[in-house]
Amino acid sequence: MKQKTPLLRNSGLQTLISSLFCIILGLLIGYLALLVINAEGAWTAITNVIKNYMTYPTAPARMKYLGTTLAKTAPLLMCSLSVLFAYKAGLFNIGVAGQYTLGAAASLFCALNLGLPWYVCLLAAIVIGAISAAICGALRAFCNVNVVISGIMLNWISLYSTNVLLQTVKESTGKDTIRLVKQHADSILPTLGMDKWFSNNQYVTIGIPIAILVAVLVWVILEKTKLGYELKATGNNLNAAKYCGMKENSNIILTMIISGALAGLGAALYYLSDIEPWNVNSSSVPGMGFNGIAAAFLGGLSPIGSIFSSYFIQHITLGGGYVDLSHYCAQISDLISAMIIYLCGFVLFFKTFINGRLDKHEEKRAHKAQALEAAQNTEGGKK
Amino acid sequence: MENQYAIEMLNITKRFPGIIANDNITLQLRKGEIHALLGENGAGKSTLMSVLFGLYQPEEGIIKKDGEVVKINDPNDANRLGIGMVHQHFKLVECFSVLDNIILGVEPTTAGGILQKDEARKKVIELSEQYGLQVDPDAIIEDITVGMQQRTEILKMLYRDNEILIFDEPTAVLTPQEIEELMQIMKNLAAEGKSILFISHKLNEIMEVADRCSVLRKGKYIGTVDICNTTKEELSRMMVGRDVEFVVHKEPAKPGDVVLDVQGLTVASKTHPKDAVRDVSFKVRRGEIVCIAGIDGNGQTELVYGLSGLEPAKHGTITMCDKNITKMPIRKRSVMGMSHIPEDRHKHGLVLDYSLENNIVLQRYFEPEFTNPMGFLKKGNIRKYAERLIETYDVRSGQGPITMARAMSGGNQQKAIIAREIDKDPELLIAVQPTRGLDVGAIEFIHKQIVAQRDAGKAVLLVSLELDEVMSLSDRILVMYEGEIVGELDPKKTTVEELGLYMAGAKRTEVQ
Repeated sequence: MKQKTPLLRNSGLQTLISSLFCIILGLLIGYLALLVINAEGAWTAITNVIKNYMTYPTAPARMKYLGTTLAKTAPLLMCSLSVLFAYKAGLFNIGVAGQYTLGAAASLFCALNLGLPWYVCLLAAIVIGAISAAICGALRAFCNVNVVISGIMLNWISLYSTNVLLQTVKESTGKDTIRLVKQHADSILPTLGMDKWFSNNQYVTIGIPIAILVAVLVWVILEKTKLGYELKATGNNLNAAKYCGMKENSNIILTMIISGALAGLGAALYYLSDIEPWNVNSSSVPGMGFNGIAAAFLGGLSPIGSIFSSYFIQHITLGGGYVDLSHYCAQISDLISAMIIYLCGFVLFFKTFINGRLDKHEEKRAHKAQALEAAQNTEGGKK
Repeated sequence: MENQYAIEMLNITKRFPGIIANDNITLQLRKGEIHALLGENGAGKSTLMSVLFGLYQPEEGIIKKDGEVVKINDPNDANRLGIGMVHQHFKLVECFSVLDNIILGVEPTTAGGILQKDEARKKVIELSEQYGLQVDPDAIIEDITVGMQQRTEILKMLYRDNEILIFDEPTAVLTPQEIEELMQIMKNLAAEGKSILFISHKLNEIMEVADRCSVLRKGKYIGTVDICNTTKEELSRMMVGRDVEFVVHKEPAKPGDVVLDVQGLTVASKTHPKDAVRDVSFKVRRGEIVCIAGIDGNGQTELVYGLSGLEPAKHGTITMCDKNITKMPIRKRSVMGMSHIPEDRHKHGLVLDYSLENNIVLQRYFEPEFTNPMGFLKKGNIRKYAERLIETYDVRSGQGPITMARAMSGGNQQKAIIAREIDKDPELLIAVQPTRGLDVGAIEFIHKQIVAQRDAGKAVLLVSLELDEVMSLSDRILVMYEGEIVGELDPKKTTVEELGLYMAGAKRTEVQ
């Protein structure tokens, strides 16, 4: 007997509902925190977080800062794709932050020290991200070292190597790398005139369409190709993959290479738009990689969902900058966005919750139907 | 008149979404009897026991203990009423000693919370002597045999002074010798006045040990019979609803060319410094079923790993269809015509979170029929192929090809694997315990498929722990003991007893 699946059983819809629920809950708890710290400005503060660029009165200003949000969404999207790709193949690539950092190092070094054009810098970032992830993959495949452990370790190695390398292209005063526009403008990603749509926001580059294109590409690879079939099988059941003759070790390494390449590309899209320099005194890896983990889960581990979840997280993060600092200390924006992002990790939990409720509901309905049937049968018997 | 029943479950009905798991079932357990509960997979045995343990609440029906109505809301209530259970998968703490596991949850302590093990140890030793349950109270669970672990579970119930003992398919994990011992233990327990509920679908065991037997079929109560007045055939008819053939009908084998030739194969053990398979040589020809018999853990698993390529061969050569495949990767062996029905369908056989159709193409997804030159899957062809196999091999599932493998019953998961491996049209079919954990209907189907493969001129290598299966299906029997082949037997000329002697290592002959 084939039954029509109820609408709420649809996995995509469930993810959407859970994600929205997490967002609302996150905002609510963020608001409560603001209330506790300083009740007076709480409502304005939380609305500013939600509004982000919409707090500006004029349309051109709004467009401009929408452009900035989008420009910063592109690298986050790449990080979340990196995380979800590895996750689908059964690997939790927490080293995405380190691969992202090395991507930044490679792209900035190639641009500022070697004076190479943007596409070469982009390629260098991809390659270095892939290589560093491949180390974790190889350790997992041949020595059975968990990628979480090797990833976290490599994050620190990557961070300090990057700091050392980028000392060579530092401003003579200060701790930041030289801005690309001053040193070698050819390394900046082309805008193809898109900056005009966003009130001449020069940070709006081809990085944004590239990121979306890659998201679609990742979806196609995972869902439509033999490679995706093999990688997901390896991730779900390593023994079965081996049993049917897949090269499970190569698959693990290949997964990590692709994942690392995505993270490296993300860093290049960010730093080659010259939106921010690298601080060579950084004592922690950029949050982009870790936010990528949250974005991947909030997006229901779907490449297409990640586009929206990455945008949302970036929107909230930047929105935090509009909190009135006369009422709150400067860290409040990070605190609020961090809380919201934290709750975004609960999507899977809510999905399970929805399914549990549905099961109960169906059980009850089945009871009623059977009771009714039984009643009819006895009536029929009497006749 | 004094009430003669220890526990009565009267007119129990339990519904789940879409199915009635228990439909008006009555089960009455007399004091001091061994009462078998017989039914196929999915007949409702587990649900009924969960109701007895308070894990589910029945919609209708009552439970009586010693003639009085009781309400069982959770497993603690069941324990208070003296109901104990040995689960199919033991609930033991692996790194604890036998004694620690027995007292777990009812630890004897002083007022200050200091453990008092001495008295517990005395009671455990007394109990084990009284019922003939040999265990070492200080042995660590992970070091002892499965049979000993089961005895620990039984002692756990006795230590709690349980009067009603439930055994959930207790023989599934045991060797033939351990099964014998368990049967004796159960008889001892009943003689001492314990009431035993024995859940099983193995008819031989029920005939041997039980006093009465209640049969369930598809959630319905079929009836209760006295074992002394019934036959195996009648029981199976009650269980399946039709006549079941226990004897596999097959023509005499007509062996042809050698397909598989193994010479001096040695495979290392993962857990032990001694090799798991030692210098094994044999041949399998077209049109014959060669069976590797033996007690679990005598190297059969590793032998198959070596043949299929999951583990490397340490020494020796494997030749298939006149080609040396000793060092060949798994995929190449498979493409050359080796099909492998693995021992553990969840570990190796299936990707549980893949749909049925994706599992059905697991050995063929890379062929041009299913993948185009660009590397894209041809989903339409996969669906068509899966639908054909589902139809041909009667693989049942909730949503057809898109059902998740995890959501399917064990029997249908196994049928899907068998469909996949047989439809590959192999030269050599390696089937490892192909009927493990399945009910008689599914077993009958699978046996017919294997014989059909033989008659179609394939070479079949069967590895089985079930003596009945070994005797009825094979054309030649090779017995493995401690990693070596210790005898070759002809199933028509040998007896189960002789086979048992070889399996236990008490007898051996040189094999040519």
